[in-house]
Amino acid sequence: MAKVIEGLYYSESHEYVKVEGNIGIIGITDYAQKALGNVVYVDMPEVDDEVEAGAEFGAVESVKAASDLNSPVSGTVVEVNEALEDAPELINQDAYENWIIKVEMSDESELENLMDAAAYEAFCEKEAH
Amino acid sequence: MNNRLYGNLIFELSKEGRKGYSLPRNYFGDYEIPSSMCRAKEAALPACDELTVVRHYTNLSTNNFGVDTGFYPLGSCTMKYNPKLNEEMAAMPQFQNLHPLQPEETVMGAKALVLFLEKALCALTGLAHFTFKPYAGAHGELTGLMTIDNYHRSRGDMARKKVIVPDSAHGTNPASAAVCGLEILEVKSTADGLVDLEDLERLVAQEGPNIAAMMMTNPNTLGLFETSIPEIAKLIHDCGGLMYYDGANLNPMLGVCRPGDMGFDVMHINLHKTFSTPHGGGGPGAGPVGVREGLQDFFPNVSPYQGNFAVMMRACAYILSLGGEQIKNVGPLATLNANYIKESLKDVYELPIDGLCCHEFVFDGLKDKSTGVTTMDVAKRLLDYGYHAPTIYFPLLFHESLMIEPTENESKETLDAFIAVMRQIAEEAKTNPDEVKSAPHNTPIGRVDDVLAAKHPIVTYQQMLNDQD
Repeated sequence: MAKVIEGLYYSESHEYVKVEGNIGIIGITDYAQKALGNVVYVDMPEVDDEVEAGAEFGAVESVKAASDLNSPVSGTVVEVNEALEDAPELINQDAYENWIIKVEMSDESELENLMDAAAYEAFCEKEAH
Repeated sequence: MNNRLYGNLIFELSKEGRKGYSLPRNYFGDYEIPSSMCRAKEAALPACDELTVVRHYTNLSTNNFGVDTGFYPLGSCTMKYNPKLNEEMAAMPQFQNLHPLQPEETVMGAKALVLFLEKALCALTGLAHFTFKPYAGAHGELTGLMTIDNYHRSRGDMARKKVIVPDSAHGTNPASAAVCGLEILEVKSTADGLVDLEDLERLVAQEGPNIAAMMMTNPNTLGLFETSIPEIAKLIHDCGGLMYYDGANLNPMLGVCRPGDMGFDVMHINLHKTFSTPHGGGGPGAGPVGVREGLQDFFPNVSPYQGNFAVMMRACAYILSLGGEQIKNVGPLATLNANYIKESLKDVYELPIDGLCCHEFVFDGLKDKSTGVTTMDVAKRLLDYGYHAPTIYFPLLFHESLMIEPTENESKETLDAFIAVMRQIAEEAKTNPDEVKSAPHNTPIGRVDDVLAAKHPIVTYQQMLNDQD
């Protein structure tokens, strides 16, 4: 069973946002990393890039497939997880610990469009069948 | 049995001073080559005697697997048999020795052949004109999209820069659209695996004036016949867009129904799939593009020549050897074979969408997920039994996709043998999962580390040496 963490916000395309003040810490969920299999490359934006809710900001490549990363929230990238450049497999080890980007959110109300842990768990359950 | 010594890299067999040639006496004298045109250092070529070279390559060739060696159920690729008659025809010196820049009046026979092929493809697809310039299927897709783009622009309709692509589409569809400078809008599939009409209506309502085209594969990549094509074509045409047909899955429709009759305006054909010409690295490809009447004026000029003529000859040979009546059996037999395998295996492999398929279908891995044996493991284990693996992890709609396409060529005995092996692997997954997870065991090279290969590919001998240092 894929791990889901209470208190995070989840998108239908399997990204999560962890909120710290007005900063959104974005990564892919445990369900997503399991479905993708061994991650071999993470294509990330640069600091100061703008991201838009629902729009692509990068991609995760695994031995099975390449998948777009869609930002759950809008804002400006303030930090990218550089460790993933050399060690993309960190995402497989712990997808929640190894976030992808941090975004200064421009519209925190967008969080309301996302799922909470319980809703996301149900969503994954439905998608698996 | 493969000889290990000669199976090494040719560079590893190299011994300084060995050679497999002897140049004739120099009758022409020595000439001074300007130093600017000389190599700074020796070319890194292997030094081997002729017999070593012959054994090396002969041994390598026995490691190859092709349709001529065994069953090759690679979904979406239509790995049908390439009849030897095609090769005989393509090798006729009267055609083989033509030069593409020969005066036109000296190549009337070749022109007649191209014209015949165009007529035949028009008859089979219901479209009005074909260009044979594209060199492969993806090149055909790009040519088709450029045709559509040219058409919209000729009408001053500059806003049409978006292409609708189903989420089950071949990856080449969005890729071709992106190369053509077009944006992709993805339309969802329903639980039945078909284009979600409601989602399409929403996209058309939102983006109508920006839609250049919708690209569709029919039957789609799940091997399912899209039943709402008339409704979809109407939606797209009413908003001013064109319908593009990805000919990758044309095989089951051959002689049964025609894209042109369904409302498609532009399509490409993979001659190397549906018309039995060699695949990919096995020979140059051809991706002819067909259009309905009026659109032929918008064909872009994607090549100064007329495409891969020898491939067209093979396609002609195939069409003529089957003839108008026999060609109608291609689609139904391909469909029968696929359904036979599907029904024979669906109790042990997970069939996510039940019902009749066309020429191919997709399993979502083994039915019993408790063993931990994945689609990758099943595919690797098939190699041990002398079968080419099916397409895996595509389409992306399921996590453990295993996509099987037998083509019309295979006998019931071949299908039964394959089914028996697939059942045996399902059984092994329960009784001896480690054997399956560590497969293949009987191939020249065992399980490769695909993570390492993706992260750190070693593609030249020199790189391998550098890495060892």
